[in-house]
Amino acid sequence: MGREITIKALKYNPNSKVSKAHFAEYKLEETDGMTLFIALTKIRETLDADLSFDFVCRAGICGSCGMMINGVPGLACRTLTKNYESGVIQLMPMPAFKLIKDLSVNTGEWMNDMSKRVESWVHTNEEPDYSKLEKPIEPKVADDVFEIDRCVECGICVAACGTKLMRPDFVGAVGLNRVARFQIDPHDNRTDEDFYELIGDDNGVFGCMSLLACEDNCPKHLPLQSKIAYMRRKLVALR
Amino acid sequence: MSNLIEGFLGKSVEGKKSRMPAKLDYWQSATGLFLALFMWGHMFFVSSILVSKDFMYSVTKMFEGISFIKGGNPFIVSVAVAIIITIIVIHAALGMRKLPTKYREYQVFRTHMKMINHEDTTLWFIQAFTGFAMFFLASAHLFIMLTVPETIGPYGSADRMVSGWMWPIYLLLLLAVEFHGSIGLYRLCVKWGWFEGDDAKVTRVKLKKLKWFITVFFLVLGLATLAAYVKIGLSHRDQVGQRYQPTAQVQMIKNDMLARV
Repeated sequence: MGREITIKALKYNPNSKVSKAHFAEYKLEETDGMTLFIALTKIRETLDADLSFDFVCRAGICGSCGMMINGVPGLACRTLTKNYESGVIQLMPMPAFKLIKDLSVNTGEWMNDMSKRVESWVHTNEEPDYSKLEKPIEPKVADDVFEIDRCVECGICVAACGTKLMRPDFVGAVGLNRVARFQIDPHDNRTDEDFYELIGDDNGVFGCMSLLACEDNCPKHLPLQSKIAYMRRKLVALR
Repeated sequence: MSNLIEGFLGKSVEGKKSRMPAKLDYWQSATGLFLALFMWGHMFFVSSILVSKDFMYSVTKMFEGISFIKGGNPFIVSVAVAIIITIIVIHAALGMRKLPTKYREYQVFRTHMKMINHEDTTLWFIQAFTGFAMFFLASAHLFIMLTVPETIGPYGSADRMVSGWMWPIYLLLLLAVEFHGSIGLYRLCVKWGWFEGDDAKVTRVKLKKLKWFITVFFLVLGLATLAAYVKIGLSHRDQVGQRYQPTAQVQMIKNDMLARV
């Protein structure tokens, strides 16, 4: 017999005129290795079929189930309920993103806009010839690119960022990290002057106030602090 | 003409972004670094009172240029204060860009800060709050230093604290400066990636520890210094305005008088 845990989830449908934001309380028995994803699924199956939340892979890969867990953004599928000693867990949707309903937010639309904004693709004049091997690059450089390319666009760095919450147009750590990824990649022919045009303002890298909640909460442990500092140094050095 | 077009459109005639945001970011950091390091030196100089009144007096005279002007000239201090005021105004103007300017911005940040309970986020709020407080606290102090630099000294400064009722402002200013400065130096390091080494995360933990050490060290030193001036000020209440005479000088006068007798 596991202990009884209490999940308090914010329920609100912004598209409904009658919906009033409130915390719904669910009590359920904790099972071995229970994650928040498992708890929420159980709640939806047995207690409240109307509770909305996002998930796909349930293994910390897809980055869909980001939410505010006791005020801290995290992936529901990678959060064990046993780590909360009091047994009371408060869930809220991630801020900064468009709220769909309850715990479900539209990170996809935001990430798509961000990708377009920072032109998140390799810019090259070379015509790719898929029948030939790609031009080799230094293994260290490739490692650096792959390292920061592990971003799953979960939106946790955005939801954790006090700057982003105050300034909705701020590009966020995910956007700055993305620019660093292409800046490092030798396949991309863009110069620092080109990157300046994308993030060289107070909504871009110069808007970052180095609160570092992005770095401290990233479920993929990406070196966001270093990459933002790197882009800042590069762009400030331009004449 | 191009300024007019750039100001109007927000981008240059060639359609390029202004380099100004980069410059502003750079100068905010540069002025902040200068002021933080200046405040370290400042604290060591004012804490000379903990050694002796004579030592504090000689430090004061050193800044009045006694080594190249006979008796020193306090105007030199006024010039230095004017330079510091200028740098503070630049730093404050640049720092203001980061402060919440609308109630909603303040509200959302406070809510987030309380919810997430993240140390660096809270430290930023303390930095912003103390920065705002210093608009007023530092102005009061600097204006006095600019206009009556000749009163700086073991008795003059102590009288200012007690009889001039400045100690509450200095106490608040001390807290504001030490928190703002040490958090600012830490933030500069992580913002620009200084001392990152091979592992930025390990470095950051060390920087954070160093930041707290610096905060505590300068707060203790500052409070002890403040207490020393208040103690002198209390015992000097009946002779407000009297300037300090260094012991060597007093001894010389005494010897002189004895010789005459």
